[in-house]
Amino acid sequence: MLNTLSLLIGITLMYSTPFVFGALGGVISERSGVMNIGIEGMMTVGAFIGAMTGYYTESPLYGVISAALVGGLIAALHAMAAITFKADQTISGCAVNLLGPGLALFFCRLAFDGATMSMPVENKIPKIFGNKVTGLLANLNVSVITIVALAAAVGMWFLLYRTKWGLRICAVGEQPAAADTLGINVYKTRYICVIVSGMLAGIAGASITLDVMAQFTPTAVAGQGFIALAAVIFGKWKPMGAYFACLIFGFAQALTVVLGGGSVAIPSALLAMLPYVLTIVILILFVGKSVAPKADGIAYEKGKR
Amino acid sequence: MENNSAYAVQMKDITIRFGSYCALNKVRLDVKKGSVHAILGENGAGKTTLMNILYGLYQKDSGEISLYGKTEEIRNPSMAIAKGIGMVHQHFMLVENFTVTQNIILGMETVKGAGILDMRSARQEVEDIVKRYGLQVDPDALISDISVGMQQRVEILKALYRGAEILILDEPTAVLTPQEIDELIGIMKKLISDGKTIIIITHKLKEIKKSADYCTIIRRGEYVDTVAVKDVSQEELASMMVGRKVRLEVEKGPAKRGEVIFEVSDLDAMDERGVKVLKRLSIRVRGGEIFGIAGVDGNGQKELVEVITNLRKAESGTVKIHGREIQNTTTRNTMDSGISTIHEDRQKRGIIPDFTVADNVVLDTFRSGRFSSKGILNKKAIGEAAENLLKEYDVRPNGCKDLLIRGLSGGNQQKVIIGREIANDPDLLIAVQPTRGLDVGAIEYVHKTLIRERDKGKAILLISLELDEVLALADTIGVIYDGAVNAVLDRKEANEENIGLLMAGGTLHE
Amino acid sequence: MNRTMEKLLKKPITATIVSIILGFIVAALILTAAGYNPLEAFGALLRGTMGRPKYVANVLIKGTPIIITGLSIAFAYKMGLFNIGAEGQYIVGSIAATIVGILCDFPPAIQIPLIIIAGMAAGALYGGIAGYLKARFGINEVITTIMLNWIALYLCNFISQIAPFYKTGTTGTYAINESGFTVLFSKWKTSEAAADFIAGHPLIGDMMRTDFNIGIFVAVLLAVGITFFLNYTAKGYELRAVGFNKEGAEFAGISVKKNIIHTMLIAGALAGLAAALNITGINPHNISHLAMFEQNGMNGIAVAFIAGGSPIGCIFSGLLFGGLLYGGQSIQYEVGAPSEIINIMIGTIVFFVALTKILPTLAEYLAKRGETNA
Repeated sequence: MLNTLSLLIGITLMYSTPFVFGALGGVISERSGVMNIGIEGMMTVGAFIGAMTGYYTESPLYGVISAALVGGLIAALHAMAAITFKADQTISGCAVNLLGPGLALFFCRLAFDGATMSMPVENKIPKIFGNKVTGLLANLNVSVITIVALAAAVGMWFLLYRTKWGLRICAVGEQPAAADTLGINVYKTRYICVIVSGMLAGIAGASITLDVMAQFTPTAVAGQGFIALAAVIFGKWKPMGAYFACLIFGFAQALTVVLGGGSVAIPSALLAMLPYVLTIVILILFVGKSVAPKADGIAYEKGKR
Repeated sequence: MENNSAYAVQMKDITIRFGSYCALNKVRLDVKKGSVHAILGENGAGKTTLMNILYGLYQKDSGEISLYGKTEEIRNPSMAIAKGIGMVHQHFMLVENFTVTQNIILGMETVKGAGILDMRSARQEVEDIVKRYGLQVDPDALISDISVGMQQRVEILKALYRGAEILILDEPTAVLTPQEIDELIGIMKKLISDGKTIIIITHKLKEIKKSADYCTIIRRGEYVDTVAVKDVSQEELASMMVGRKVRLEVEKGPAKRGEVIFEVSDLDAMDERGVKVLKRLSIRVRGGEIFGIAGVDGNGQKELVEVITNLRKAESGTVKIHGREIQNTTTRNTMDSGISTIHEDRQKRGIIPDFTVADNVVLDTFRSGRFSSKGILNKKAIGEAAENLLKEYDVRPNGCKDLLIRGLSGGNQQKVIIGREIANDPDLLIAVQPTRGLDVGAIEYVHKTLIRERDKGKAILLISLELDEVLALADTIGVIYDGAVNAVLDRKEANEENIGLLMAGGTLHE
Repeated sequence: MNRTMEKLLKKPITATIVSIILGFIVAALILTAAGYNPLEAFGALLRGTMGRPKYVANVLIKGTPIIITGLSIAFAYKMGLFNIGAEGQYIVGSIAATIVGILCDFPPAIQIPLIIIAGMAAGALYGGIAGYLKARFGINEVITTIMLNWIALYLCNFISQIAPFYKTGTTGTYAINESGFTVLFSKWKTSEAAADFIAGHPLIGDMMRTDFNIGIFVAVLLAVGITFFLNYTAKGYELRAVGFNKEGAEFAGISVKKNIIHTMLIAGALAGLAAALNITGINPHNISHLAMFEQNGMNGIAVAFIAGGSPIGCIFSGLLFGGLLYGGQSIQYEVGAPSEIINIMIGTIVFFVALTKILPTLAEYLAKRGETNA
């Protein structure tokens, strides 16, 4: 019993880690007023870059860092479209989602001899208790990046609610005109937030290919970015809210793993639906109309108010 | 006039263009230090644009600005703030889900260490300013929870917190009761005695007379004159503003009141947060009369209209037209029962901006047999109906029926809406702020149309925040305060003083 | 000169064409950087789409479902709804079409409409769930449809592995009964008379080597029908009013909630129809275990956006897209460059479509400059 429970916790934490980074990326971007449905695409690129760098440098740290940088780069494109060009943010986000897998697979074939999968990385992200523990501790032996994810959530909470930058970000996402009249640079604030959002999404991708799995495959991300997006809304655009929403998604996935391996004969396909059905049910029961930042998705034009 | 340090602000030959449109053409402004200086002009004359330039929100194409005799470039609001200029915008620039303190410190936060907010000392600083100028507000309240008057104080506090010496107030009295206006004038006096300079943008002559020392008049982007307020009469100011003699009165004969057509009894309703906003509200409107509801914004006007139009649930009470109850049915039912509404928010409720003018003309009636059969629209009939309406109501530009309505001016959009609603031949016409944002010519037109419909025997329910408008048009005046209409006066018994007192929740002692 | 330029820049089609050209340019740059000759690659792409009648037929076949899912998304987008769920609606549509196609065996005149109605009904129901949840509880349709997509995927995997549908030794179900096939001349193709005909008419014969079916004609009819529906019917007027201005429509007595549900029902039915047409029209006429989404709905998003939301435009962008997807394989065969360059190209085009909102602004700038010069 205790064994199953600890296993459940460990797997939950592991599966929720990519969600957490992706969702935090969504939170910071949308809090500043830029919708980012391109998280999925940014994660895919991050997943590939992380795996490739991790494979060639044999350093998971470099893998994560390079994934963050490239994720930020892709996000800069979205930022340019959304902020400078005042593009429809849904369309530009969708473009990123189309572009991301295309870029990842194209360069994967170049880097790995025409294959759409990377070679397995030598070193995954290290576990918190090292490689030699057994029993309960082994079940709970999550990787360092899982702890970083929690730290990132707490950090973002602190940033948004306890620092002047957070106050400014929220003001820009709620009432950009008000922020503008007080001398806060709306465009710059949004650029920074969107780029950080892409970096977090990149890390999210790398945490899949350097922790959950040990390589990049075409289905490595497979919709996890969209789940992160759901977690943002579910968590009411709050860092800790999103974090716990991600834990719920991770738990549902862990449940399918643990139950699937058990003696109960539930077809795996039906079990796999569980997280998604659960999400809808929870949304109906608890969330209802969650209130997005007022200026979310609306380009800011000086002088138009 | 030479550059002179006796002047807090001097703006010379200011010109700005938006696209091909010249919003300001060589406008000047000289504001003496320690004075209250009014800028007077109609809607769209360029008053706010001029002040947005001073505040660094817009960049002038040419001209010169000097502060205290020194030439300055103000490229953005931060520079304006640094030079001691503060601005209170007409539409408040407040973050609604922030507290008063958070709004005040935003952009100039009190921090301890690296960017970490120090809310305790921030709150203390805010309280200090609150005390110093007697601007009572609760520093911890959420903006969305406080009244409009309070929000205005927060805006003023924001400017003072930033060390403003020159304070620009854009249409500060638009949303206040006469009593609150007096309080605001008191606050302004206090600020002046503290050495501040105040620029107030307005088109209300009475308030200029009451509060300002000097007045600069702007008409259609051109400088007209600057006068000492004590030397001119209201009528003189008015004719300088519009460029021709205007009558402040609306011409109308006595009302021929008929039967009670529309009756609201003991109506209760809640707002989104579950707070009761209509409290046993009752009114009765007769045919052939204009029933004006006077009151300060936020006393239940919006919710009353929403309940009548069935966009909001009535908790209890009835809404009856010709004795038939219509509350808690559908918007469609309200319309079909003979009620037409001219909504205050033209862009949001009145039109579909991305539809053509013709499509907007049939917004209420496209399902009727006249404009569609078996679900297929009769484009020809729609076009004809639109053409007739455009001709009858003189909507410009000519032949605009296939243009998107968003391209029309506010006045012309309003004409389309009014024409459409009247074409429904309603028994009750509700007009909510029907002249908001319109120029003098359009206002006159709207007023005349309402009176014409009254004289045809319709019941008209006018809801306006402009007391002058209610006094000019209404035959019967009901004053709404805190969700109830507590007093109903015949126009003959009503004057600004007694209505103002009722609007602020007072009672009349005979 | 400037005046013509201004007018040209303000036309939506200009933006689309500019975006497509830019998409090709970016793809060329990436190919060059990766050491391939872009001209060769584009040559291969062209030959792969138009080189043989068979290829053209396959482009039409490839384009059909995404034209229709594109219509579904464009339609919902007109109402301010973002139907990411076309993917899931497509999947449930194919599940329903397959089930009915296997279980029933009527003459084609009944069987085919029956399968198509089943697909549409399933898609509509599925879209309707998202619409209902939005109208009733205010839950964002983007999340619900994303969740529903996954549920559909696993439902497909479940159904395709159970009796009586599962075909032993495969990863999928049995094919639907032949009475439900909509492949054109499918019987005649294999007859002797046909063999002679094909020998005599190599061009048409080549086309017949494909699953060329009624789908593309249905897609074109739908695009025309939706255009008419939106612009010339009272219901279309109502939907557009809600799409442009919810508050305004509500105030004019139009029920926003009802229209949200109706829109999602229609959008879902369209996606389901796309699926049913594929089941009836294309080998292997069944559903099978899905490791990942087939992207029929997701590609529809790109189709709708490239078309600028215009139903008629969806025909062309769907065909462009179908051509790129099908012909893109030739790039890999002939030049050796990864065929994913096509996805990059499509993403880039959509990205530039988003950016080209700048063009009318540019037009105004040109106009202004023209004035000051004059």
